[in-house]
Amino acid sequence: MNFDLRLPLGLIFTFFGALLSIYGLVSDPAQYARSLGININLIWGLVLLAFGLVMLIFALRSRSRRGPGGP
Amino acid sequence: MPQTLSLQGIDYVILVTYFLFVIGIGWALKRHMKGSGDFFLSGRSIPAWITGLAFLSANLGAQEVIGMAASGAKYGIMTSHFYWVGAIPAMVFLGIFMMPFYYGSKARSVPEYLKMRFDEKTRGFNAVSFAVMTVFSSGISLFAMAALLELLLGWNFTFSIFVSGSIVLVYIYLGGLTSAIYNEVLQFFMIVFGFAPLAWLGLKDAGGWQGLKTRLAAVATHQHFAAGTWTESWRHMDKAADNPMGVQWFGLVMGLGFVSSFGYWCTDFLVVQRAMAANSMSGARRTPLIAAFPKMLFPFIVILPGMVAIGLLQDHHGGFALPVGADGSLNYNMTIPVMLGHYLPPGLLGLGFTALMASFMSGMAGNVTAFNTIWTYDIYQSYFAPGKSDAHYLQMGRIATIFGVLVSIGAAYFARQFDNIMDLLQLVFAFVNAPLFATFLLGMFWRRTTGHGAFAGLVLGTLAAALHHGLTLPVGEMTGVKGGWIEVMHTYPGQMAQNFWTAIYAWLACFGGTLIVSLATARTKSDAELRGLVYSLTPKPAAEVEAWYLKPSVLGVAVLAATLALNLIFA
Repeated sequence: MNFDLRLPLGLIFTFFGALLSIYGLVSDPAQYARSLGININLIWGLVLLAFGLVMLIFALRSRSRRGPGGP
Repeated sequence: MPQTLSLQGIDYVILVTYFLFVIGIGWALKRHMKGSGDFFLSGRSIPAWITGLAFLSANLGAQEVIGMAASGAKYGIMTSHFYWVGAIPAMVFLGIFMMPFYYGSKARSVPEYLKMRFDEKTRGFNAVSFAVMTVFSSGISLFAMAALLELLLGWNFTFSIFVSGSIVLVYIYLGGLTSAIYNEVLQFFMIVFGFAPLAWLGLKDAGGWQGLKTRLAAVATHQHFAAGTWTESWRHMDKAADNPMGVQWFGLVMGLGFVSSFGYWCTDFLVVQRAMAANSMSGARRTPLIAAFPKMLFPFIVILPGMVAIGLLQDHHGGFALPVGADGSLNYNMTIPVMLGHYLPPGLLGLGFTALMASFMSGMAGNVTAFNTIWTYDIYQSYFAPGKSDAHYLQMGRIATIFGVLVSIGAAYFARQFDNIMDLLQLVFAFVNAPLFATFLLGMFWRRTTGHGAFAGLVLGTLAAALHHGLTLPVGEMTGVKGGWIEVMHTYPGQMAQNFWTAIYAWLACFGGTLIVSLATARTKSDAELRGLVYSLTPKPAAEVEAWYLKPSVLGVAVLAATLALNLIFA
């Protein structure tokens, strides 16, 4: 089937990752008291971002290999 | 009661983005749905890594996530038996030994395999009981979600039901099984990424594994068990009285590890359907094996938070508390929601909450796709309207999707009104399911098994399950839906032990009944007809050209070895 699931997976997790890491940078540090003083939004946001980008890279690489438009 | 969670703007952004993506996937797949084979079987075209993760996710409903965390709190690491004993071996067996028949026979569903192997009545029995069961399960899942959202966020019950029901309806209506499978993979990653930080922060808060062990030793001694009961999975199972689960190792290994687990993983169309959608025989066989690797690690995400919760609760560390019911007992089912609110700041909370919603929806979607297939192929096409065009059945599949979602919604309201009747229904389903694996085992590995034998065995097994349940009772329970409704002849130390033994007796009755009736009746299917359906009459699947690490046997041995190691480490 001409539908690569890695593309939507990559898109959504890149978005979530970027959103959470930016929010982690700008949000009030006081709210991280409940996560044991760890800026979990920033750390986990970067993890999601990395996962999302890896998925996107794989999806785009296999797409360009098949040529624009695909088979 | 104050709300347990409060969501902020960023949390809603995550939730809404997720919903839009889920529907978007259905929309993108719409143009691929050209015939009923695309809609119900995904045209047998999905890569194994996707069917594998979907196989896992379809089983990973919210009741599983919430229930396993609750068990982690109640019983400790013994809950891992539901994974390392009660899932992995059966998943490996399905992949190595059973998939060749399901996939190779070209059956479109599990009941259809029964029709090919045995006869019409065996298929009918399985198809009808499964179809009814699956819409009710979907309804129960919907009810549980709406009730939880009402409690956590004060959301209106009807609003929650209609929003989530409609989303599931839309994406399955548009994209059929493929849409359900793709979304299940997305849900899988949401669940992992949403709950893993909870386990991490919780464990850190409890003082790491050593700190957790110390805390759980206090929990165990407080409840008059040996200190290691919550952190050692096998050492306290010689006597049922030695562990909070109230089970003894033999009942657990046979009842859970053999009968229930093989009965579920190897015969339940909800999961098997995912493997049937794979793009090759090898892919179909690899599906449950690929699923087994993450399944093996799931205890660390779903059971560990429960263990942390009970450990922290013992001395109210950091003000941690679980809600207490009217009768003074702890509400263990709130473990995951309470921990989400306790540890996660806005942002990540949205992700965790969305993961919870995702697991509710994956449970429901799995049931709906299994239902529409069984209804259309095994009931509608077989009994009401055979010989119609493929487009007709595709249309019927879409109608069945709407119908299935509507009945689920009805069942959710029904469950809210009459929770006793729902308990009763689930009990009846358990009786019907208990003996199934004996039928498949004999059917697949003994060519002499006849249709009459299989049917008689199923009926006998179901009756034996009901009879055993009617004659026994877990200690301290009232007679009725918990058992003993005929007469209490035996008392079990806990409900878990009663369930395991109900399954064992049902299996034995089905096995014996099938054996005897098969020998007493004439075969109706010749060896030629059973080719591809029975082990001894089927040529070994031709070795497809593939790398050694893709071979089902290699994957199977690897996952079994890793599971054994986990059992030993946490013994």
